[in-house]
Amino acid sequence: MTGANTEDFRASFFEECEELLEAMQDGFDQMAVDLHDSETMHAIFRAVHSIKGGAGAFGLDDLVAFAHHFETSLDTVRSGTIEADANLLELFRQCGDHLSDLVAASRQGDMLDPRASDALRTSLDTATGADPDADDDDMPEFEPIALNLDLGDVSPVDDPSDKGFEIAFKAEPDLFASGNEPLVLFQALERLGALKVTADVDQVAPLDTLDQESCAIGWTLHLVTDASEAAVRDAFEFVEGFCTLMVMPIGEPEAPISPLSADDIPSLGDVMNLQSPQHEAPKEAVQEPVPKPEPKTKADTPKMAGTIRVDLNKVDKLINLVGELVIKEAMLSQSIIEIDPPAGSNVAEGLDSLKQIASEIQEGVMAIRAQPVKPMFQRMSRIVREAAAATSKRVRFETVGEYTEVDKTVVERLVDPLTHMIRNAIDHGLEGPEDRAAKGKPEEGTVTLSAAHRSGRVLIDISDDGAGVNREKVRQLAIERGLISEEAELSPAEIDNLLFLPGFSSKEEVSELSGRGVGLDVARSEIMGLGGRVSISSTPGHGTCFSISLPLTLAVLEGMVIKVADQTLIVPISAIQETLQPKTIEIHTIGAEGRVLRNRQGLVPVIDLGQLFGFRPASADLDHRVILLVESDGGQRCALVVDEIQDQRQVVIKSLETNYGHVDGISAATILGDGRIALIVDPENIIADRGTPATSDLDLQLIG
Amino acid sequence: MTLRVLAIDDSRTMRNLLGATLRDAGYEVDLAEDGEDGLRHLDSFDPDVVITDVNMPVLDGFGFIEAARARPCDRVVPILVLTTETAPEMKARARSVGATGWIAKPFDEEKLVWAIERVAATGGSA
Repeated sequence: MTGANTEDFRASFFEECEELLEAMQDGFDQMAVDLHDSETMHAIFRAVHSIKGGAGAFGLDDLVAFAHHFETSLDTVRSGTIEADANLLELFRQCGDHLSDLVAASRQGDMLDPRASDALRTSLDTATGADPDADDDDMPEFEPIALNLDLGDVSPVDDPSDKGFEIAFKAEPDLFASGNEPLVLFQALERLGALKVTADVDQVAPLDTLDQESCAIGWTLHLVTDASEAAVRDAFEFVEGFCTLMVMPIGEPEAPISPLSADDIPSLGDVMNLQSPQHEAPKEAVQEPVPKPEPKTKADTPKMAGTIRVDLNKVDKLINLVGELVIKEAMLSQSIIEIDPPAGSNVAEGLDSLKQIASEIQEGVMAIRAQPVKPMFQRMSRIVREAAAATSKRVRFETVGEYTEVDKTVVERLVDPLTHMIRNAIDHGLEGPEDRAAKGKPEEGTVTLSAAHRSGRVLIDISDDGAGVNREKVRQLAIERGLISEEAELSPAEIDNLLFLPGFSSKEEVSELSGRGVGLDVARSEIMGLGGRVSISSTPGHGTCFSISLPLTLAVLEGMVIKVADQTLIVPISAIQETLQPKTIEIHTIGAEGRVLRNRQGLVPVIDLGQLFGFRPASADLDHRVILLVESDGGQRCALVVDEIQDQRQVVIKSLETNYGHVDGISAATILGDGRIALIVDPENIIADRGTPATSDLDLQLIG
Repeated sequence: MTLRVLAIDDSRTMRNLLGATLRDAGYEVDLAEDGEDGLRHLDSFDPDVVITDVNMPVLDGFGFIEAARARPCDRVVPILVLTTETAPEMKARARSVGATGWIAKPFDEEKLVWAIERVAATGGSA
């Protein structure tokens, strides 16, 4: 095996470890529902066992040692020696977490503090009474054997001065049933030195009385070798108990042998065949002490369809190329429109199918990067356990929609913000058990993590059933820190949003858990960096929910191409509810500049994009313009005034932050078919700046 | 003739390693994912030697050996059990269902080949 190969195997081992750890976590979750499901226990055991097996192959001793200990304890439950209870499950989970840590450390070539392993081992021993050292640590079966491979260079067999052994061997019937074969064994023995085999056929009965299952032939083997007696006996390891065997150094008194000429040796195979034409011995002979095999059940984990491992860079390259393809296709289609070919011409038809194929390729390539959020959710379940332990709170963790698929990069970069928000929910959101009991709630709090797709985005909610945001306190803190003035009148939602302000912490003393120097503002900016948004909603006494909305992929967006004051902009289709002609709708003027649109669901603030971005002054006459009714993930709406709608198409997102910087109201940029750059509008951001509070105020004014 | 070896293991890592090691040793190799898969490959590949893991989903190593041994065939295929557990009871159990021999994990090429040589007719050197 070459070095590069070994690296590949190593990488694939760690990849498999991820899957195995996931299966293990699934098993623990399943055990929480049914502690005594033996299939689950088998699956957990196998996962840990496989990790151990692979780790052994790569010489990861720490990992092997701990996995072995863990596995042995699991086995006590698997075999029914002891019964699992909630405490033991909790301990198993901790061990599972530690195993994950060990895998991660091994992957990076790090060492973990051995005390963590030792402490867990001790706990395991106490809890399960298993002593892994009793049944193992005996791997001496295949001590390296010095093999004499140089068969051509052996001395003559009969030289009496040679070192070697005289071996008497007689097979029992079971030997054949086990798939062993004297001929093969002798051939293997030949590797140790020069071998001379003599068969004793005196005991062989005539054909008509021959017992097919017994072997009446005995053999005397004369082996000239430098190998030790142990090495010689080792060759007979598999047939030990299936034969009578005597091994004596040459020169010692010989066992009685009936000599037979060496010419008989080539016919040995034939003799064997004659002796036992039916090699598969009757079942009774094989089966006597057979322990009952484990129940055979169907696969307990859904089998994945065939997969291949692909370097992420290759996929990235493909995605970039597809992006270019989409841009070129747009350019081509623009040029063709300029030529204005007759409808139904080959060119127009070709372009149409090209468009379709390009979009299918794009979809397919994007799907390659999509992966379920499940592994990330499982990591969060550990965060929950640790946070619960650190705060002495009882927490139940629920997940919803864990098979929702999101771009791999999005999933990876979401880990930190999610970790923070989950810690936040447990540390600040949930009350302690006594508090909860006093309020008539179950002592165990619940944190729910859910994922779902909605109109081309993925929504992730982190909700708790805690006390909700203490708005009075938040307001007070905000005033103390000079974030708002004392007179400021804020709606409940605005107060909740103060939590996202930099440097804000709703807890007076920095706790062990939250005192990591990051606040919700950091989590929020990480999410925004992904083109996502986060909002908070809270009901006093009933809990808080953080909602994160993310693009499915970081690369492509379905957008509406619009024009405002000769500038081309893109508005994400996912945000647009409907498009309207101002002529046909009711628009009210509020104050000097404010305008609202009345439609079925009430009043919606009107925002002129041309004015907002400073392209031109606000247009007084809306008649020749178009209105896009857009909605945020939180359900807030506003009406964007634009000059003209040009097209609807997929655009390739080019990050503005990476290349330039953040611009309010703009989420990214794209390259148009003619090579020009167009900015992508961020309706959510615009609504957040101008949205709800104004609407509610206006509502009051209008009604009053 | 090249020796045909069927290796059964539910761990992808282990299959990869076994496959590479056995191929390096000059054998023709087929891989199966569990006991039941192994039985199918036993029919289609017709191996000279089988190496099987013990702990596997669907059908474990012992189950595989029992099923393989119960099949009518013109010869008894040698089956080596690949295991991390080398305790005497394990060997006794492996043997009682009809295993030919055993190999301890982690294995190296030399041990693997030595174990195979003791049970399979390589046909060459004799």
